[in-house]
Amino acid sequence: MTTRRAALGLLAGGVAHVTQTSPLWAEARHSYDLRPVPILSGVWMIKGATEYFSRDNGGAIVNCAILQGKSGLILIDSGSSRRYGEALNLALRKLDLRGVSTVINTHHHPDHYFGNQVFADKPILALGGTIAAARTEGDGFSDNMYRLLGDWMRGTEPVPPSIEIGTGDIVVDGRRLAALPLGGHTASDLALIDAETGLLITGDLVFLDRAPTTPHADLARWQEALTTLAAVQAPAVLPGHGPLDRAGIAIRKTSAYLTWLNDRLVAAAGMGLDMIEIMETPLPDEFASMGAQPQEFHRSVSHLYPEIERMILPRAN
Amino acid sequence: MFTRSSALAVAIGLMAGSVSGAPQVQLDDPFSSGMWDYHQEALLGDPAKIQFDDRVRVIAPDTAEDAFNVPLLVDATALSDVEEIVISVDYGPIPKILSFFPGEAEPKLALRFKIDQATAIRASVRTRTDGWHVGGTLIDAAGGGCSAPAQAYASDDWEEKLGEMHGRLWSSSGRARVIVDHPMDTGLADGIPVFIIRDLTFSTDDGHEVARIALSEPVNEDPAFTLYFDPETMPSLLHVRGRDNNGNEIEGILTDEEVN
Ligand SMILES: [Zn+2]
Repeated sequence: MTTRRAALGLLAGGVAHVTQTSPLWAEARHSYDLRPVPILSGVWMIKGATEYFSRDNGGAIVNCAILQGKSGLILIDSGSSRRYGEALNLALRKLDLRGVSTVINTHHHPDHYFGNQVFADKPILALGGTIAAARTEGDGFSDNMYRLLGDWMRGTEPVPPSIEIGTGDIVVDGRRLAALPLGGHTASDLALIDAETGLLITGDLVFLDRAPTTPHADLARWQEALTTLAAVQAPAVLPGHGPLDRAGIAIRKTSAYLTWLNDRLVAAAGMGLDMIEIMETPLPDEFASMGAQPQEFHRSVSHLYPEIERMILPRAN
Repeated sequence: MFTRSSALAVAIGLMAGSVSGAPQVQLDDPFSSGMWDYHQEALLGDPAKIQFDDRVRVIAPDTAEDAFNVPLLVDATALSDVEEIVISVDYGPIPKILSFFPGEAEPKLALRFKIDQATAIRASVRTRTDGWHVGGTLIDAAGGGCSAPAQAYASDDWEEKLGEMHGRLWSSSGRARVIVDHPMDTGLADGIPVFIIRDLTFSTDDGHEVARIALSEPVNEDPAFTLYFDPETMPSLLHVRGRDNNGNEIEGILTDEEVN
């Protein structure tokens, strides 16, 4: 009996984090091809694949912004792994020999901060809520990322941001920024406006040509944040995922998707559908063509439906 | 994976002296999980007539986004005279999820369950005259980087909400949906004893039982089910009654009302 109990205890421990070591046959080459693209004066971006995490893309699915600071470069979001951070560090030294002076994380999702490890000796800034969430959820994310990305993750340890960023008009390494503390994609999402160029850096509050992700989403709050961002009327918007938007469409498109998502789930609850039945219904063309669909829609059903359904269904006792 | 599977196999082997590992009908498992023979004996009682059958549809996402709430739809409406549907996983500390006795409902059920690891999931359908028919699918228990779901596990108001029920009927589409608030503790976590709903019955106003579900530990926290009926013959009202292993009674009424 004790044998069985002990064995079951071990198994039960796996409920939250089903871990699996990376296979020996993992990818032979793991090098990220990161190319900073100049987008405005003193501003570059690293463009992520508009896909889900995979062993083909190594998790390089996120956009990073790089701003020229006084003593080096300001890096906004640091990528998905230690190796990503190292590749970034090398690539950025070609822009400024002094390399990165400061890191800012827009929120606590792993594709936005798991490169921090490489810059651990520099100030790493984020909203207080992001720092706290990265501390509590980093290990869980790490388990998942090792499973999804295998050897790409070798040596990666989550390094949460260390310094709480000021909000409103701030100066970071000599560069004037407006820091907007928002939320909705997660409990704590930072958007930044670069005073010199007007560029709005949104983190994952905005997606373009790639389906928004919702594991920690509060849709109503997210819509409020998008209203705030639209009011900025920035000449260019850098979304967390997807191409630079100079046409002023990305905020509106993100909002349209979130509205549709909520409406679809509310309607499904009113018809008594369960999650599988919702997942099996096809997406409208304008949303089906987004990167990482229909996977993200399926994930969103899992994230959001149980709560929406409880609100819609009447009490039965 | 190997370590885990063999640990389980050893553990179960020690437990179950009556299971020989060689069922009287030896099937060719389409998923080659290595565990099916065992479950065929231990869960289904080593039936004399059993087959894998694609007419039993088991639909789930390829990967479990939220390991605590994996949605599943089992549909055996292509078979007739269904008496019982046993839903189980091949790999997990407690293989059996539930038994559904459809009675006057369709042999089709939507549910959610807790998954422990990548596994085959099976629906074994017992018919009155034609033995067992088994369908299944595979689920990978992988999350996603952006995916670790927030679990409201330690919510402090669960006792107030215990047994609270949401749901209704949709008689035009022949659906009955019910969600019951209950922690469904598996007893596998340290210091937390088993605390689960054992059964839920669905009956008409005059006490006639139309369907029943016997739940096991892997059913999700706040169990959620859809039952399906022929719209022509569906009752206009269903009583849902249940009991958990601590003796708490659960009771509610489903009607076509949108709000109540
Ligand atoms: Zn994110």
